Amino acid sequence: MEAASAMPDLAPALPEIILAVGAMALLMFGVFRKDDDAGPVAIGAIILFVITGAAVLMAPSEAVTTFNGSFIADPFARFVKILILIGAAATLFMGLSSMKLDNLNRFEYPVLLVLATLGMFMMVSANGLIALYIGIELQSLALYVVAAFKRDSLRSSEAGLKYFVLGALSSGMLLYGSSLIYGFSGTVTYAGLGEALAGDVSMGVIVGLVFFMAGMAFKISAVPFHMWTPDVYEGAPTPATAFLAAAPKVAAVAMLVRAVMEAFPGIMAEWQQIIFFMAVASTLLGAFAAIGQNNIKRLMAYSSIGHVGFILIGLAAGTPDGVKGVLIYLAAYVAMTIGTFACILTMRRPEGAVESIDDLAGLSRNQPVVAIILAILMFSLAGIPPFAGFFAKYFVFLAAIEAGLYVLAVIGVLASVVGAYYYLRIIKVMFFDEPAAPFEQPMAGDVRLVLGLAAVFVTLFFVYPSPLLDSAAAAAGSLF
Amino acid sequence: MSEWPILSLITFLPVLGALIILLISHADEERVAQNARFVALWVTLTVFLISLILWIDFDYTTAEFQFVEKHAWLGGFASYHMGVDGISMLFIILTTLLMPACILASWTSIKTRVKEYMIAFLLLETMMIGVFSALDLVLFYLFFEAALIPMFLIIGVWGGANRVYASYKFFLYTLLGSVLMLLAMMAMYWMAGTTDIPTLLQHEFAANVQTWLWLAFFASFAVKMPMWPVHTWLPDAHVEAPTAGSVILAGILLKMGGYGFLRFSLPMFPVASDFFAPLVFALSIIAIIYTSLVALAQTDIKKLIAYSSVAHMGFVTMGIFAINMQGIQGGIFQMISHGFISGALFLCVGVIYDRMHTREIAAYGGLVHRMPLYAAIFMLFTMANVALPGTSGFVGEFLTIVGAFAVNTWVAILATTGVILSAAYALFLYWRVIFGELENDSLKNILDLNRREIITLAPLVVLVIFFGVYPSPILDVTAVSVENLLSNATAAIEAHNATLAAPAVAGLQ
Repeated sequence: MEAASAMPDLAPALPEIILAVGAMALLMFGVFRKDDDAGPVAIGAIILFVITGAAVLMAPSEAVTTFNGSFIADPFARFVKILILIGAAATLFMGLSSMKLDNLNRFEYPVLLVLATLGMFMMVSANGLIALYIGIELQSLALYVVAAFKRDSLRSSEAGLKYFVLGALSSGMLLYGSSLIYGFSGTVTYAGLGEALAGDVSMGVIVGLVFFMAGMAFKISAVPFHMWTPDVYEGAPTPATAFLAAAPKVAAVAMLVRAVMEAFPGIMAEWQQIIFFMAVASTLLGAFAAIGQNNIKRLMAYSSIGHVGFILIGLAAGTPDGVKGVLIYLAAYVAMTIGTFACILTMRRPEGAVESIDDLAGLSRNQPVVAIILAILMFSLAGIPPFAGFFAKYFVFLAAIEAGLYVLAVIGVLASVVGAYYYLRIIKVMFFDEPAAPFEQPMAGDVRLVLGLAAVFVTLFFVYPSPLLDSAAAAAGSLF
Repeated sequence: MSEWPILSLITFLPVLGALIILLISHADEERVAQNARFVALWVTLTVFLISLILWIDFDYTTAEFQFVEKHAWLGGFASYHMGVDGISMLFIILTTLLMPACILASWTSIKTRVKEYMIAFLLLETMMIGVFSALDLVLFYLFFEAALIPMFLIIGVWGGANRVYASYKFFLYTLLGSVLMLLAMMAMYWMAGTTDIPTLLQHEFAANVQTWLWLAFFASFAVKMPMWPVHTWLPDAHVEAPTAGSVILAGILLKMGGYGFLRFSLPMFPVASDFFAPLVFALSIIAIIYTSLVALAQTDIKKLIAYSSVAHMGFVTMGIFAINMQGIQGGIFQMISHGFISGALFLCVGVIYDRMHTREIAAYGGLVHRMPLYAAIFMLFTMANVALPGTSGFVGEFLTIVGAFAVNTWVAILATTGVILSAAYALFLYWRVIFGELENDSLKNILDLNRREIITLAPLVVLVIFFGVYPSPILDVTAVSVENLLSNATAAIEAHNATLAAPAVAGLQ
């Protein structure tokens, strides 16, 4: 008990501390500049992300816990945090010019993104149910505001409100599940839960687990708790949607992976059924529901639901190879999502931003380079080799086959064929249809840079994939 | 010479050519187009000449893989392993031979977005050569699937009126087949611990597992081949694709299916192949007879040739699954020869389509009066398609039927009726297009073959006659590899039958 009163070791949480202090500093900086321009604050935020990234990379590579075991820094957390930082920095950077054009140029936006990123870091490093909840809430509250950032727009306000109400509901379910688990096992740390739930467990824990998983499913937008996703994606300003689609998804999946692997390995048979169902439902719904969409942001929402399904196939395997597949999938997903949203950000005519798929008609003749890159991204999302998306699916299915989940794997690949249909539709509109009115040119330099990097990663991943594969394997290994 | 990475060179040289074309930019669009055409032509010709080294340096005495290159890749999960043996080498030569012809055939008929068109064709060449030289499952799948992308764009962008439907159907059909194969490949990885094809060829899979793996591979190759009843994408794709696209589809992409049967299904799952051979025979016979009858009823020239392709591929699958020397040799020969013949037939259709812009048979008639040279060349290829002795078409069909006869007389007899039917539809087509009175006014000024068209078709004329009279160059290349494949496969089948028979004998005693 005397340890509780002593000062905890802060070193493992250094990146989080840097982010927290930096967020306050940026807020003060923004307030005292007496100028709404987000530019300097955003640049500060990106520098902050870079410093945090350096701190994450320089941390020792073995697992360290602190705050009485409720916080952990290990290779898994490191891999995911770098991914989150890349996603956050890229989406913040490429959204700036668009925010300016849409009259959303306010300094609170970068600060909110930094706070959301801090929340994600907590989610990833949480090693207990309470720390987990703190992370989720910090991230979610920042994102609710970001979704409703275009406050004059009815759709954006609706998106924010919907996100808030459903998010609050899911947090409630998560809390309820957590309290049941705590009540029946007597501990909230993952290590303690892992020991307490090793043998026979009572029904109460299982009920708690179901509620817990339901809350988690909301956060990763897995079926049947996906309903908020299309509305929020469509309603939020496009730069905010890009942010929502990339980093928070990574954080939520990583938090789910750590929770089930560290806290509930003893009841794997139980959670595996839940994951199995969510994976099947998400891949199928993502594939079929996207077919009818005509708004490209809504389409990306259904596409992300489908991708979460594929990620869950890897998690359902419950093996180191499965977790490795999940991590590779997340890396590819972040690159593809950033690239696709960079393309969506270029869809802008003199009258404003447009979001319909038909607006892309004949893009291959107006802007051949963007069209080719978007086509590559779509083929990659559909899982066609040699692009990164194929290898993501490859490692996930490889793990599923190893674990003997043949039915799941077959359903998954069939869903991916159905999914290919709507990705092909975008390519068809761009390449086969007669040109529509061209978009505004030239593209903003920030978008161009991010788009180029994403395209290079997705296209050339197969040439030298070893560094990513090795670090993903190391990260996955630290959970077992 | 063997240290020289010749396979990688011919595989990736077209990519380099595509990059060069990508960099061509000039205000004058016609000049860009012309430069793109010339770069594509020179690259494909160079690739063809280099690929001939494969044949010249080929060692006829061994069934081992030659010109092997191997590098670690994908963090130990797979390797970049390339090499050829007697089965795959000829397909590479076929690919590199047909590519310059395709570029020449598109010289004037493709007028829009020439740059992108040439890039798509060069990328397609890389994927096709890669498929035939890959010696690793992941690498093979990568090339196999990636080939869909350029072909999808070629059909969709430069195709005919109904091109969108055709391109979707082509892409999704083939994708559906191959994802199941991908899962089977993963299962093989966990069972054998490697994705290396030469190692897997030595690995013996359990008999019940073989059944499932065979079915998964069959799903992919049967669609690609295409076999009845999953052939319906082919007529659509052929009709809508531009001429050169049809040539590549019929000439090479279909052969990937047959090659897959020879590289994977037969040697890796011999017991399952033996077990499913009656199924394949049945599907092949249906394909031969049914699609020949369908071909008779067609009013569109390209569709007619497309259905005839399905029928001819029926001979190939029949020959391969006869699992004897004549059958397999005949199957390979038939694939190579069909590559020449169907490619040439589509080029011939392209010639008159470029002039008249219609594929309706009824719009033609009496072409012999205005185009005697064309009539002669079209006659030769029609006869080759009918498998007239003296053309390469005869050798392939004859060998496959001989092979099938050794296994099952009825199969051979039914397949022979297909030969008669093919004569019916091919000669009927020739009669309607070439003979008769020149009635259509717009045909009155039609011109005979120009120099470019003659250059495109001449090599194919020579090859079809040469291999028809003297087939041994092809049969010699494949002989040792096929013998090796056969001895391994039959040994495995006999061993399996012996284990099945043993308990029965024990029970009798």
